[in-house]
Amino acid sequence: MKTDSPRPVRRVRRGASSANPAATGYLFVAPFLLVFVAMLVLPLGYAAYLSLFQDRLVGGTVFSGLDNYVTALQDDRLIESVLRMARFFVIQVPTMLAIALLAALAIDSGLLRFAKVFRLGIFLPYAVPSVVATLMWGYLYGPDFGPFAQLADKVGTAAPAFLSDGWMLGSMANIVTWEFVGYNMIILYAALRAVPHELYEAAAVDGAGAWRTAWSIKIPAIRPALVLCLIFSVIGTFQLFAEPNLLQRLAPSVIDSAYTPNLYAYTLAFTGQQVNYAAAVSFLLGLVIVIASYTVLFVTNRRSRA
Amino acid sequence: MTDRRSNTLTLGMIALFVYFLLPLFWLVVASTKTTGDLFSSFGLWFSQDFSLLTNIRETLTYDGSVYARWMANTVFYSVVSAGGAAFLCALGGYGFAKYRFRANGVLFGLVLGSVMVPTTALAIPTYLLFSKVGLVNTPWAIILPSLVSPFGLYLMRIYAADAIPDGIIEAARIDGASEFRIFFQVALRMLAPGLVTVLLFTLVATWNNYFLPLIMLNNPDLYPVTVGLAAWSSQSVGGSGSTGALLSSVVTGSLLSVIPLIAAFLLLQRYWQSGLSTGSVKG
Repeated sequence: MKTDSPRPVRRVRRGASSANPAATGYLFVAPFLLVFVAMLVLPLGYAAYLSLFQDRLVGGTVFSGLDNYVTALQDDRLIESVLRMARFFVIQVPTMLAIALLAALAIDSGLLRFAKVFRLGIFLPYAVPSVVATLMWGYLYGPDFGPFAQLADKVGTAAPAFLSDGWMLGSMANIVTWEFVGYNMIILYAALRAVPHELYEAAAVDGAGAWRTAWSIKIPAIRPALVLCLIFSVIGTFQLFAEPNLLQRLAPSVIDSAYTPNLYAYTLAFTGQQVNYAAAVSFLLGLVIVIASYTVLFVTNRRSRA
Repeated sequence: MTDRRSNTLTLGMIALFVYFLLPLFWLVVASTKTTGDLFSSFGLWFSQDFSLLTNIRETLTYDGSVYARWMANTVFYSVVSAGGAAFLCALGGYGFAKYRFRANGVLFGLVLGSVMVPTTALAIPTYLLFSKVGLVNTPWAIILPSLVSPFGLYLMRIYAADAIPDGIIEAARIDGASEFRIFFQVALRMLAPGLVTVLLFTLVATWNNYFLPLIMLNNPDLYPVTVGLAAWSSQSVGGSGSTGALLSSVVTGSLLSVIPLIAAFLLLQRYWQSGLSTGSVKG
C-alpha cells in the first residue's frame, strides 16, 4: 500500500507526515498508549516495586526482596480465598455459560416465538450495577421479607437459609449468573449469526435435526467466542468484590474479610494499613488470573487441534 | 409438521425469562410500598397503598438531596470516561488497523496481552500513586483509570480494518486531505456502530463500578450512586430505630439508578448488537 499511490501528487505536499503516512500511525496510537502506560503499566510496575518492601516497626520501610511473596504463599487466609474462588469458578462458570449457550442457540434456531423479546429480557440484568443486583438478591434471599421465605412460610415450611455458611457460595454464584448470562449470550448469539448458512443447509440435506446441527456445526463454529467468554469469566471470578462486600453486611459471621482474594487485598490495604503486603497480594492475584487465562487458552487450543 | 416453531423450547425460554426479570419486577413492586408494607405484604405483588411517588420524593430529598447529587456524579463520571475511552479507542484502533508503522505488531500485542490484567488488582496501586499526587478524592480519580479500555481498542481495530476500505483513504490522500482530516471527516462516520458499542460498554463499566470509587473517594458529595446506595444500605441494616425509612429509599434509589442504562440499551440496540458481532466473530 505504500507504493500504490501516484508519486507526483504526493510530492506536491511536504512535511514528515505526508511524506510517510505510515509514521503518522504513531500519532494516532500515541494518546491511547500514553493513557495505557500511565493508568495500567505504571500502577502495575508500582505494585511490583512496593511488593518488594516491608514496613517494619524498627527501621521503617525496608527492602525485603521476595519476603512478601513468601508470606503470601504461606498465608492460609489468602490460599483459602483463592481456593474458594476456584471452587466458585468450577460450579458457576460452566452453569452460566451453559445457560448462555442454550439461550443463544434457542434464539438463533428460528424455532422460538418472540425471540427478540427473550433476547432483550435475558440481557437486561447486564445493565444493572452489581451493587444493585446484590442488594436486590439480598432482599429476595432475606428471612424477613424475602418472597421465598414468605412463600415457604405460607406452605408451612422454611425456605433454605440462603445467607448461611452452607448456602452462601451458591447464593453468590446465583447473583453472578443472573448478572452475566445475558452478556455472554449476546456475544455467543452474535457469533452464531455469523456462521455461514450454507453449512446449515448442507446439514439439513444430510438429515441432521436442530439438535444435531447445534452440536456438530454451530458449537464448533463459535469456539473462539466461547473461549473469549471463558477468559472473561476467569478474570471476573477472581476479582469478585462488590457481591461479597455487600453480602458481608447481611451476613457478617459468614463472610469474613478474606472471603475473596480481592476483599482480602482491600482489607489489608485500607483496614490493616499493610500497603506493601496488599500490593504483593494484588500482584499475585493478577498473576493467578493471567496464568489461569493462559491455561484456558492452551487447553482449548490443544483440544481443537487434537 | 408445518409450523417450525417449538412450544417446548418457548416454554423453556419463558422459564429463563421469568428468572431474569423476576428480581427487577420485585424491585418495581417494592418501590411502590411503604417501609411497613415491605415487611407485611407479599413481596411479589403490590400492596394497597401505592406510594411510589412518596418514595421517590423521599429518596430525592433525603439528607439534603444527596441522592440527586450521586446520580449527577455517576452521569458525569461515566459520560466523560466513556466518551474519552471511546475516542482514544477509535483513534488508536484506526491507527493500528490502517498504518503499517514499525512497532505496530509489538505495541498492539502488548495492549492485547493486558486484557487479562484484572482492573481491581490495579486499583490499589493506582490509589497509592494518586494519593501521592493529590488526585485521590477528586473526580479525576474515577475518570482517569476508566479511560483505558484494551478490549475497546481491540474491538475498534477489528472494526476499522473491516469497515473502512483502504481505497477510500487513498482517494482522500490523493485529494490532498491530511491524515487527521481523513480520520475525522471520512473514517469516524464509518466507525460509528463500533464506536457506539465501545461507548456503551465503557459507560456501563463506569456506571456500575463500585470498587474504584469506594477506595478513591471518601467525600460523600463525590460518591457515584453505587457507593452511595451501598452506604445507605449498610446504614439501614446496621442501625436501628429511625433507619426504617431509609430502607424504602435504598429500594427506590436502586430502581431509579438502573432506569437510564436500561433505556440506553433499549434505544441503541441496533448499534451495539452489530458492533458486538464484529468483535466476537473475529476473536
